[in-house]
Amino acid sequence: MIRIDEYPTHELNGIKYRCGRVQPFGASVVSNTGINFSIFSKDATYCELVLFHHGAPEPFARIPFPEEFRIGNVFSMIVYGLDIEEVEYGYCMDGPYDPEHGYRFDRSKILLDPYAKLVSGRNVWGREPDWSDQFQHRGCVILEDYDWEGDKPLEIPMKDLVIYEAHVRSFTKDESSGVRYKGTFAGILDKIPYLKELGVNCIELLPIFEFDEFENSRVIDGERLYNYWGYSTVCFYAPKAGYAASAPLGLAADELKNLIKQLHKAGIEVMLDVVFNHTAEGNEQGPYISYRGIDNKTYYLLTPDGYYYNFSGCGNTMNCNNAIVRNCILDALRYWVSDYHIDGFRFDLASILSRDENGAPMTSPPLLETLAHDAVLGKAKLIAEAWDAGGLYQVGSFPAWGRWAEWNGKYRDCIRKFIKSTAECGPELVWRLKGSPDLYGNRNSDASINFITCHDGFTLLDMVSYNEKHNMANGEDNRDGNNDNDSWNCGIEGETDNEEVLKLRNRQVKNAAGLLLLSRGIPMILSGDEFGNTQSGNNNAYCQDNAISWLDWNKLKEHKDIFDFFRKMIAFRLQHPVMRRSDFYTGQNMLGYPEMSFHGTRPWELDENAPFLSFGFMYAEPAAYYGTGEDAFIYCAVNAYWEDVTFELPVIPEGMKWEVVAYTGSEQPEKCSVDNGNVHLMGRSLMVLIGH
Amino acid sequence: MFEFNVTNNEGEVDVDLKGRLDATVAPQLHEEMAKLQGSDIKKVTFNVKDLEYIASAGLRVIIFAKQKLGADTEIFMKDVNEDVKQVIEMTGCDNFVTIL
Repeated sequence: MIRIDEYPTHELNGIKYRCGRVQPFGASVVSNTGINFSIFSKDATYCELVLFHHGAPEPFARIPFPEEFRIGNVFSMIVYGLDIEEVEYGYCMDGPYDPEHGYRFDRSKILLDPYAKLVSGRNVWGREPDWSDQFQHRGCVILEDYDWEGDKPLEIPMKDLVIYEAHVRSFTKDESSGVRYKGTFAGILDKIPYLKELGVNCIELLPIFEFDEFENSRVIDGERLYNYWGYSTVCFYAPKAGYAASAPLGLAADELKNLIKQLHKAGIEVMLDVVFNHTAEGNEQGPYISYRGIDNKTYYLLTPDGYYYNFSGCGNTMNCNNAIVRNCILDALRYWVSDYHIDGFRFDLASILSRDENGAPMTSPPLLETLAHDAVLGKAKLIAEAWDAGGLYQVGSFPAWGRWAEWNGKYRDCIRKFIKSTAECGPELVWRLKGSPDLYGNRNSDASINFITCHDGFTLLDMVSYNEKHNMANGEDNRDGNNDNDSWNCGIEGETDNEEVLKLRNRQVKNAAGLLLLSRGIPMILSGDEFGNTQSGNNNAYCQDNAISWLDWNKLKEHKDIFDFFRKMIAFRLQHPVMRRSDFYTGQNMLGYPEMSFHGTRPWELDENAPFLSFGFMYAEPAAYYGTGEDAFIYCAVNAYWEDVTFELPVIPEGMKWEVVAYTGSEQPEKCSVDNGNVHLMGRSLMVLIGH
Repeated sequence: MFEFNVTNNEGEVDVDLKGRLDATVAPQLHEEMAKLQGSDIKKVTFNVKDLEYIASAGLRVIIFAKQKLGADTEIFMKDVNEDVKQVIEMTGCDNFVTIL
């Protein structure tokens, strides 16, 4: 059948076009020869499609949208005969320039389509851009016909996740990674067997939406500093081209999709850290990239006199609960789930998403409610970083509709303090190990993303090696980064060859990992912590594209025991569903024991309301309920005291015997034995036993 | 400039590619490959010694060969230069293309 819209109605300098379709927004291939372009602007009085050959400084065509091509506030046209592999496009818009009233139209600027599926201009990471180029971030067209070979999001139950937080470039950029395409999506492919061996089942990637590594870039002591983490989005629909080895050929989307498909084949979900709270355009002094020139008043929260609200700490704040912006965010997330098979999202500074158009927090923010109930996102995990830079802190109270989980910052703080022998944290620790029912009692424990370390702050080894942050390399006189780290250097600040200190640090790393992986709630591990990665005390490596951030895979050999401990504890967690139960149940179960109980150095004797440093906790796991094949008791003795302590183990049913699974005081737990119902723990150590 | 030649020798197909296989020429090659559908093709060998460039549209012709010529059709690539080999690896086509 021949379609009427296969044929142009207009022609300008040899370029043929016709009126387009208003939906979907963005550039879409609509036939063998046509590309539909559609863009929203409420206040633009004029709009022009600007077409470039790949990388060319000047456009080869500028096509004004005739008035009849505008429906409502949407401009659309189909252009024929373009080479999709080499065309780049943008828009010029005109309208009022009246900053006091929020209008900032500038017809001289060429603007990136907010819905561009691929962006060129930063195709090779770190390659100095041509700053004289009038169009820095260029929209590209992709074929959205990827062959998924039957793949779909894995839908692993939230309660069963073990999340691994990683930065695409840091993960494999170092020579020691041994992968073929270092620092890229393709590089991660070669590490899939490693992730499987470790046992994690979800990788959470730091931002991979297109960003500009040169934003606020500078040279300090001869070292180029970048916008390395990328928490500053240029385009919400495009993968970061500089993370794709194949980006110079326009294949970044294919490369990322292949990575996701292969991770799924290995049973590993992919979660994205997404930044919708602000954009890379900064404040009044920032560049025109896209939104500012398309519809400044719609996209940004503005003060009454037209300045940018700065709840993000990054210059501007997205107007997230505006209907247009809300749809833009929703469309983006739907796109990543449906076209990239993304399994879930972690929302950076998510509390901003709960602010109204004047910046005030709302009790029922429409955006969060929409995301919670959306059909396409229906099985996607939604995780909030439940605070913002404007002082809103919503851990435990983030508007959730039963769908949202949270990074549990209180879990992090409590564990950190306890393992450095802060007895006053003992009572709170009981709540944290139970999955934080004090915070999430009206939800369940899989709303609690438990973590001790993440990209923000010290690595786990640094947390036990430094009392103070060491951020001089960031060029901000050590002012940046958190000062309250709840860390302890075990006696000597930083690098040392003191054997006793090194042994203690080694134990403390394992103590933290042990608590994390035995807690109810969802554990999240920072990549590299499983083999003692260090950032040399830098607790804010947001700008460091060098050995400070890049994982040193040589440490995997050096700290093989730490890796083995993590691997063993992850496997142990996944073998024992009692730890993953999400309804906070701790009462009597089919074994005649409380499902989760707390003990002193003598069983059943712990004052949970008084400070303590040495305690035990026990899970009772009935096979008939959990389908595990055999009844089991899991007991963890925790000694955060600095001297040796003897623990008397709870009595378990006749015929069952305690067996040591792991002990942070020894690399050979199989040689540790139960001595007449007692176990002996050295100072600052943790022991896991199974009774079966 | 792009040239191609497709020869079918009793179910063993040789596809010689030369020059730049981009979006402007890929439909021609695709059309020629589509003629092979239903011909019981056992093996397709892309001879790419003189192939200078392949990206999105070109890869799709290869994926088409795998998907549409028959479930058991084997796909080979011969005399692959380093650039083309990398594209194949980075996008995961090496999962079904055997590089000779």
